Parts: sequence; structure tokens; C-alpha cells
Amino acid sequence: MASTVGVIFSSVNDENVPELTKVRSKGSIPYGGRYRLVDFALSCMVNSGITTVGMITKNNYQSLMDHLGSGKEWDLARKEGGLILLPPYSDESEMLYRNRLEGLKGASAFLKKCKEDFVVVADSDAVYKLDYSKVIEQHAKTNADITLVYHEHECGEVNSYIMLDTDKTGKVTSIDVNQAAPGVRKHYINVFVARTSYLLNLIRTAISRGYSSFSGDILIPAAKTGSIYAYKYEGYYQSIDSLQSYFKANMDLLNKKVRSELFDDRDIYTKINDAAPAKFTAEAKVSNSLIHDGCFIEGTVENSILFRGVKVGKGAVVKNCILMSENVVGDGCKLAYVISDKDVAVSEGTSLAGCAKKPYFINKGMHI
Amino acid sequence: MLRKKECVAMLLAGGQGSRLYALTSNIAKPAVCFGAKYRIIDFPLSNCINSGIDTVGVLTQYQPLVLNEYVGNGQPWDLDRTFGGVHILSPYEAKTDTSWYKGTANAIYQNIRFMKMYDPEYVLILSGDHIYKMDYDKMLEAHKATGADCTIACMKVPMKEASRFGILNTNPDGTIYEFEEKPKQPKSDLASMGIYIFTASKLFKYLELDEKDPDSQNDFGKNILPAMLNAGEKMCSYKFEGYWKDVGTISSLWEANMDLLGDAPKFDLRDTERVIHSRSPLAPPAYVEGEVVNSLIANGCDIEGDVINSVIGTGCVIEKGAVVKDSVLMGNTVVKAGANVNYSIIDEEVVIGKKSKVGDVIEKASLIEGKTSGITVLGRGITVSDGGNVPAGEIVDKNV
Repeated sequence: MASTVGVIFSSVNDENVPELTKVRSKGSIPYGGRYRLVDFALSCMVNSGITTVGMITKNNYQSLMDHLGSGKEWDLARKEGGLILLPPYSDESEMLYRNRLEGLKGASAFLKKCKEDFVVVADSDAVYKLDYSKVIEQHAKTNADITLVYHEHECGEVNSYIMLDTDKTGKVTSIDVNQAAPGVRKHYINVFVARTSYLLNLIRTAISRGYSSFSGDILIPAAKTGSIYAYKYEGYYQSIDSLQSYFKANMDLLNKKVRSELFDDRDIYTKINDAAPAKFTAEAKVSNSLIHDGCFIEGTVENSILFRGVKVGKGAVVKNCILMSENVVGDGCKLAYVISDKDVAVSEGTSLAGCAKKPYFINKGMHI
Repeated sequence: MLRKKECVAMLLAGGQGSRLYALTSNIAKPAVCFGAKYRIIDFPLSNCINSGIDTVGVLTQYQPLVLNEYVGNGQPWDLDRTFGGVHILSPYEAKTDTSWYKGTANAIYQNIRFMKMYDPEYVLILSGDHIYKMDYDKMLEAHKATGADCTIACMKVPMKEASRFGILNTNPDGTIYEFEEKPKQPKSDLASMGIYIFTASKLFKYLELDEKDPDSQNDFGKNILPAMLNAGEKMCSYKFEGYWKDVGTISSLWEANMDLLGDAPKFDLRDTERVIHSRSPLAPPAYVEGEVVNSLIANGCDIEGDVINSVIGTGCVIEKGAVVKDSVLMGNTVVKAGANVNYSIIDEEVVIGKKSKVGDVIEKASLIEGKTSGITVLGRGITVSDGGNVPAGEIVDKNV
């Protein structure tokens, strides 16, 4: 593959899921029993042969730093390149960035030092598995200025997505932002590829002209005059832009097809915590659930995702729940449609229920 | 300041483990899987780091590929260090006198230069075939307090089993007056656990003396310890209380796995005080749909059949209608629909065909006498064809 550097936005529209981003940025939202959202973009980059990745952080990034560490779990603890955190107030950005362009401006000092010809910029707000090297291949072939990656799916009445229209050659003809247009649309998934020099030029121009919106001031005009192409990603994709979509993205993992698409073939890397294997006692009854190492199950678990070290007490019934690491569900509890953040304890005999459209959320560290 | 380490650990991991039969055809015993996500060597390595010992030499000889790959740079145990850390020590070619490790003592002798790099006061000798959690630092404290030249960790074993072990005969103050290797008529029930702390200078002295003796078998139990006793060096016992199991036989390996199960397991891996580290694979959490009762399940499994009183290693698939009972699956094994696995140890990467039958129910199989006491053993990578039958107590190392 052509030499490529990666840039990841770890904080994007964190306000869409205020419950989960209260104590962390979007990229470090726990997902699927063991992962963080950022693992997907980051692992895809590593699996595509990218060995230098800049991680743009904004606020609340303690949890993210704790997760990423030196990057060794992604093979990114390197002498040359590797994982580089790009926090605010560093180098050329003197303020907290307010939009994507200012975020990229903060990354430009890092990009200038990179010798790589191409750059992939991705968000960490979604679950997907994309081989970026294929995007770069297409990008080089079409000789595009920018290649935008999209996923085609049914879009609802209300959305804040960016939609693309393309011609037969894959060239982007128009770009719509924030338009309610139900039906199957080409949803730009916030992953793009450009030549590093081209992107740096773009940032410089944008700053000097006082642009503030990457989509409004750059992409939309460029679609009319420049050469923007689209790449179609056809695998599993779920963006996390509400508690509801977070719930759906997790429950999708109970589907074998989704699991095997995401996890077979190439690994999704993540921080490793050593925990003993999950233990099921003689009273345990588990069906259609994901159970991580370290769990201790004495009760009933159905259609649920249990992260590391969750304890489910005797006679407790957990249905359609997402319980993050180190949760303790006391004896005789009844939980349905509950999403509980890390380190939550629910005392004996408590009943809590939400519904599919509005799961009941419990903050990190709460004792109920 | 001259850099040194107070105590260096030397882990004897070269043994073949011939009494594990098919389980060690291609890998050294310390690399054998245990407890769903561990290998035996995780226990001594984790004990080292949990006891503050960060310099470990791992002596390998027999089939070292898997072991070398597994230990790697020691990162899973925090043993990747700029000074110290874990080092694989295999036999090497020398200008004169090139040889394989002839015995446990000779293996350590050949690596005297490694130990001397760290200028240690003490050397801890460990073996890679036991399951236990132990604070070696406490033993080291005892070694210093008694002023011993050699301290041997020991524990009480049932008298009738005592002749399987090295037995320590001690004075009331814990000093050892006699050491008997596997005595026919044991005088005491204090068994050596194969864990020794030596004052380094004494160890080097007796290793060199032993090397010069052409009649020596170059073995710690048979030669070094008796030689030191005869010379009047101070030898002390250190009593260990807690779980310790030699997993050198099929039945003891099966038992040790079963000891992890139950409400009050004999050996609890979940104790977070002294975590056993391992090279955890990157698998998603286990998917569980079938009936799982009194069992351990590691990440990456896909369980749609029934699992009862069993230990299921990383990445196993148990299809609908399959039943696994009283068994140990080491990892990445597929048990196809309708298959029945009873009272067995199944090595990694095994495929058990549809409606096949492996082993017999524990009530019947455990009455069988033989090398495995009725436990059925399937070696690494073998395939049992659809509808196949492996009788109880068989050891299988090729496809059936």
C-alpha cells in the first residue's frame, strides 16, 4: 500500500450521547463487552498497514489516554511513527477547537512532519470494519482530490448526516447536510482520504479565508468545482449518535453474522485486562448473550451484553441489558432494558426497567 | 551505581512431560493449556512478578517453539524490562564441551554467566509444571532470617503419596537433616515442591563441583542438595500452605482443572489480589446460548450446545445439540452438532465430528484403570470424523 498516515477524531458530537460521554469522549465509549469505539477506526488503520496515527483529542480524554496507553496493543508503540496524541493547546492551535477544520489545523504540525503521501482521516463514532488500503487504492486510481467513504442505508426523518450524490464514475455531484430525506441514501461516514500535501494546503487556505465548516465551506463547493470521489463501504456499519443507536449497535452483536463480520478474519485490537475465565454456577441460566472473561453468573441472563467482571447474583434476572465492566447485580434483582455504566452496584431485590426505545441508563459508579 | 538484582529466578521449562502423552507431543509441558485461558508457565511467571522478582531465565530444551512464542518479550507479565525481564535460555554451542542440558543442575550450570550478569545475592529455582500461587518474597525473607544457604519450599502430602516426591526430613527448628528423592519408605510427609532459594555464591560453588564429578546425574534432587547437606551447609525447609498441584499426569491435570469449579473452588482464579497474567488472545466475549452449568468459559467461545462441569478454553465452538460434560477443552476446538464429549481432555485445534462420541460418562469411565485413569485424551489438531467413536481412556494423536 502507498505510504499512509492516519488521523482520528476521538471527540465528535459527544453531545449526542450525553449519558455515555459524561465521563469520557466518544472514542472511549465502551462497546460490545470489551471494546471502545476508537478500537474500530484504530484497528482498521493498523490492519490496513498504517503505522503512524495521530489521535486528535478535545476534552474528557483521560479515559481515552488510559485506554490507548503507549499504543502497544495496536502495535503502535514505535520508534518511528506509532500512536501520537494530539491534544488541544499544542503547537499551532492556541484554543480549543470548535469545528473539524480547527481540529485539523491543530494536527497540521504533526502532518507536516509525516513523510507519508496519503492521509486517512476518520471519526471514532461508529462500529465498522473497513480496509482503508482499498480506499487509498481507488483514490490513487481516480486521481481525486478527496475521496469520501459512504455507506448506503435507510435514513430516518431526522438526521444530521451528510448525504452524497454521485455519478456513474463515482464522482460526487452534490452534498447535502442535515436534510431530512427518508429513504436509502448514501451516508458519508466521516472517513476521507487525501494526499497529505493536498490536505495541508486545504487547511492553510481555510484558515486564511476564515472558513469554519469542513463540509459547508470545503466539501460542498469542491463537489461543484473540484474532483471529489466517493468510495462505497458495504460492510456492517452503525453510527453511535444516540443512546438508542448505542443500544442497537450492541444488540446487533448477538447476531452471528454481524459478529463474524466484525471479529473473524482480522482482529479488532483493544486494551487487555487479565481476568479469569467467566464462571457459571450450577444455577446459571444464560441465553443469547455475550459474556466476557471475569464474569460470575449465578442467575439468569438473556439477550444481554456483559462486560468484564460483571456479577449476576442468585435468582437475579437480566434481560436485554448492557452491563459494563465490574457491575454487581444483587441476588433477586430484575433488570430489563438497562444500560449501566462501569462500576455500578444494584442491591438485592431491586427491579429496574426501561424499554427498547428508551433504555434505562445508570451513571458510572452509582449504587442503587 | 552498579546495577544488580537481589534475586534472579531460573525457571526449568525444558522437561518433556512424557506422562502427558499426546498433550506434549509437540510442545513442552510448561506450555500446556490450563484453566481455559492460561498455560502452566503463567503461574510461576505471575508468581515472580507478584513477588517483586523481575528477572527470570526460562530454560528450554524440549520442543520450545510454542513456549518461546508464548513467553515472547514477557510483556503480558510486565517482564519486558531494559534491565532484567524474562529471557529464554536454550542450550547453546560453546567452543568446547557443547551439550544439551544433561540434568536440572547442568541446565542452571550452563547459564551461570546469565545469572552473574545481574550479580544476585540469591537465586530462586522454579519448575514449570505446577499450578499454585505463592509469594516467593516471603520465602526469601525466611531464607534471610534463618541465614540458610539453601531453603526448600515444602508442603504436607498424604503419607501414602509421599513416595512420589522428594521428601524432607527436618529437625523441629525446620532445618533439614536428610533429603530423600522418591523414597520407598518415607520417614516424613513433607514433600519438596521443587522450589529452591540458594545463596548465589553457594549455588555457583556446588554447581561447579557437581560439574567436575563425572558420576553425577547433574540433578538438583539427586546430587546438589545431598552434596550440600553432606558438606554441612545450612539447609532449611519453608512450609507452604495453600493450593499446589503437580500437573504432570493426565489425571492430575484433569483434577486441577476441576478444582477451579464449584461455589467454593479449591483454587480460585478470580482472586484479584494476585492476578495470574497470561497472553490473553484478542477475542470478543463468549456468545452463550446453550445450557452452561458449573463451568468456566473463556472469551471467543460460541456455545450453543450444553456444557456441564467443564472448562472451555478460548475460541471453542460447541454447536447445537452437542453435550460436553466433565471435560477440559483447551481452546479453538469445534464440537459439532449432536456430538457427545465425556470425561475427556481435548487439546487445542481439535474438530469433533457430528454425532460422534468421545469418552464415556464419568461414573463408568473413572473405573477404568490405565495410563489415564479412564480419561480420554485427544491430541492437538486431530479430527474425529462424523459419527466417530473414541472409547474411554484412549489417547488419540492422529485423526479417527
